[in-house]
Amino acid sequence: MLQERIPDLAKFVEPDRVRREVYTDPTIFELEMQRIHERVWIYCGHESQVPQPGDYYAVQIGRQPMLMVRGKDGGVHVLYNRCPHRGNMMCGDRHGSAGEFFRCSYHSWTFQHDGTLRTIPMMESGYEGTRWTRDNPDCNMKRAARVESYRGFVFASLSEEGPTLAEFLGPSRIAFDDMCDRAPEGEVEIVPNCFRVVQHSNWKIFLENQLDALHPSVTHQSTGRAARDVEIAIEKRTGHAPLSYHMLSAFATVTIDKWDVFQTLNYPHGHCILTGYMGLRPKDPDTLAYERVMEKAYGKARAEEILGVNIHHVLIYPGLSVQSPLQQLRAVRPLGVDKTLTEIWHFRLKGAPEPIYRRSLAYYNLVNSPATMINADDLENFWKCQQGLASEGGDWVSFHRHFGRDIAKEGYVETGPNMGTSEAPMRNQMKAWSELMSKD
Amino acid sequence: MATKRKGASPRKALKKRAVRSSKPARAVKSAAVTRLNGRDTQHAVEQFLYRQAEYLDTKRWQNYIDLFSGDGIYWMPPDPSHTTWEGMPAIFAEDQNLMTVRMNRVLHPDAWSQRPLWGTNHVVGNVTIESEKPNGDVVVRSRFHMMELRRDDVRHFAGSYVHHLKRTKDGYRIKLQRVDMTNAQAAYDYVLQVWV
Repeated sequence: MLQERIPDLAKFVEPDRVRREVYTDPTIFELEMQRIHERVWIYCGHESQVPQPGDYYAVQIGRQPMLMVRGKDGGVHVLYNRCPHRGNMMCGDRHGSAGEFFRCSYHSWTFQHDGTLRTIPMMESGYEGTRWTRDNPDCNMKRAARVESYRGFVFASLSEEGPTLAEFLGPSRIAFDDMCDRAPEGEVEIVPNCFRVVQHSNWKIFLENQLDALHPSVTHQSTGRAARDVEIAIEKRTGHAPLSYHMLSAFATVTIDKWDVFQTLNYPHGHCILTGYMGLRPKDPDTLAYERVMEKAYGKARAEEILGVNIHHVLIYPGLSVQSPLQQLRAVRPLGVDKTLTEIWHFRLKGAPEPIYRRSLAYYNLVNSPATMINADDLENFWKCQQGLASEGGDWVSFHRHFGRDIAKEGYVETGPNMGTSEAPMRNQMKAWSELMSKD
Repeated sequence: MATKRKGASPRKALKKRAVRSSKPARAVKSAAVTRLNGRDTQHAVEQFLYRQAEYLDTKRWQNYIDLFSGDGIYWMPPDPSHTTWEGMPAIFAEDQNLMTVRMNRVLHPDAWSQRPLWGTNHVVGNVTIESEKPNGDVVVRSRFHMMELRRDDVRHFAGSYVHHLKRTKDGYRIKLQRVDMTNAQAAYDYVLQVWV
C-alpha cells in the first residue's frame, strides 16, 4: 500500500540534494521504520546495564517496544515486550529486574528470560485439541530475529536477513574499539544514568548535524564565547582552567574557516567519522598519570597507538552517535516524523584513574545533560528546520558543499584535502537511505 | 548557655538587613523583639527563598548568582538516591564560574534558543527548617512549582529544594542548593536553559 503511495522513492533523493518530504511526510516515516530501523542493526544497550539474570532494559527499535534482558546462561536476549496470550506489554517500567522469570500482569503466563514459555495457570487442562501447545513458537515471547554484541555493545536486528553485525559496522567499529582500548583493562562499563531529551524534528536532522562541521562556530558561538571569557579569567587567577572550560570554549575558538583542516571519512551503510579537534590529550599531571597506566597495561608502542587515535564523532547509521574519546554516546529513537528521542549514556574506562572519568563526566554533564548549554541551540535549529521544511517555500535540501570533490578510496569515501566542512557525510547518509528504502 | 548567647547574633544580623530593605522587612524588625528566634529564622529564610525565585522569574541572573557563596554549588541530581554531585552524572552541578558561563551565554545576542519569548513563574512553599546551627547556618527544605512558557508551549516542573545557607554579615548565602525535580527522570521535552 505504501509502495503505491510513493511509487518512485528515487526521485526524492539525488546525489547532491534531497526533497523536503523525506523529513516531513508521515508515510515516508512509516516506510523508514519498516525498511530501515526494523531491518538493520540497532543499538540496544551495553551488557553492563543488565549484570544479573533477569535484569532488563526497555528499548524501542523502530516502532517495536523491545526488552534487552540478561539470561540465566549469561547471554543477553532481546525480546518483543509483549505477552503472546492477549498482547499485554510484559514490563511496564523502563528498566528493572524480572526476577527468576517474566510474569504477565494480566493472566500470569510466565516466561524464561529467553522468552520461552514457562507456565500458565491451569495449563494441564483446557488446551487439549487447540493450537496452544508447548512446541508452538507462537506461545513464546517473540525474540528479535538477530542479536549480536561487539565489545559489550548489544545490537539487534528485526530482520533474519542482512549483513552480520561485524559486516554492518565495518570500519565504524572503531567507535567501540577506541572507547574500550582507552581503558587499561580493555573494556568499559556503563555509568548508570540515561539522559533523555526529546527533539521536535525528524531523526535524520539530528544525524546530519553530528558530522556537520559548518555549524558549531555559528550555533554554539554564545556558549563558546561565554566559556572562553570565564576560562581566561580563571587562567589569570589560578594559572590553569579545568579542561571542561576548553570543551565549551573550543566551540567558539575553532572558527568556521578552521574546520576545513579536519576530515570526514564516509563508509558503506551510512556510517561516518569526523576526526578530532578538541585536543583532548593535554600534558597535565592527570593525563600523564593515565598515560603511565596505559603504558603499563599495553606497552609503550601500543599505548601510544591507542592514545593517538583522534576522533570527534563516529556516526553509526541510522541511530547512534558515539564520542569515543569522551566515552559517551547518543542513541536516536524516532518517535514520529517530527519527534525524536535521544538517549544519552556515559561509560567508565575500566582501570583508568578517577580524574579521567571525571573529565569525560564533565563533558557529559555540560554538553549532554538536559541542562546542556550546547544542544539547547542545536535543538532550536532542528525545530526551525522542521518548521521550514513543512513550508512550500522550496522543495529541496542542499548538500552541495564540496560535492563532486569526494575521493573514493578502497571501501570508503574521503573528503579532499582541507575540505572538513564538506557535506559528504549527509550525502553518504542519504545514499544509504536510498539503498535501504528501495528494498521491498 | 553558650548556644543561647550565640543564638542572639542572627537576630542582630536580621535587624541590620531589615534596616536596609523595604517595608515588610521593617515590620519584622519590630516584631523580632518579642518573637522567638526560630520564628525570626523562619521568616528570614522564607524571604530569602522568595527573593531567589523572584530573581529567576525576572531574569536577574547576576543577582541570582550573587546569592551563592564563593564555594557555593547549585546541584540538580538526575536521581533522588544520589548523595553527592562529585563524580556523579548531574543535570546541574555548577559553581559561580559555571553559573557565569550560563548567564553570559543566555545574555549573548546570538544565543539562538534565547530569542523566542520565554518566561517562568515559580511558587515556593512548605518551607521547613531542618536544622539551625549556633552560628546561624541553616538547612532548609521547601517545595516549588514552576510553570514555563516558551513560544506557545507550557511546561511544568515541580520538586523540592534543600538549601544549605550560610549566615554572613550580608545575610544568607547559599553553600549548597539541592534541587530534586519530581520530573527529573522523565524525558525532557526540549532542555532546561537556566536554573530551576
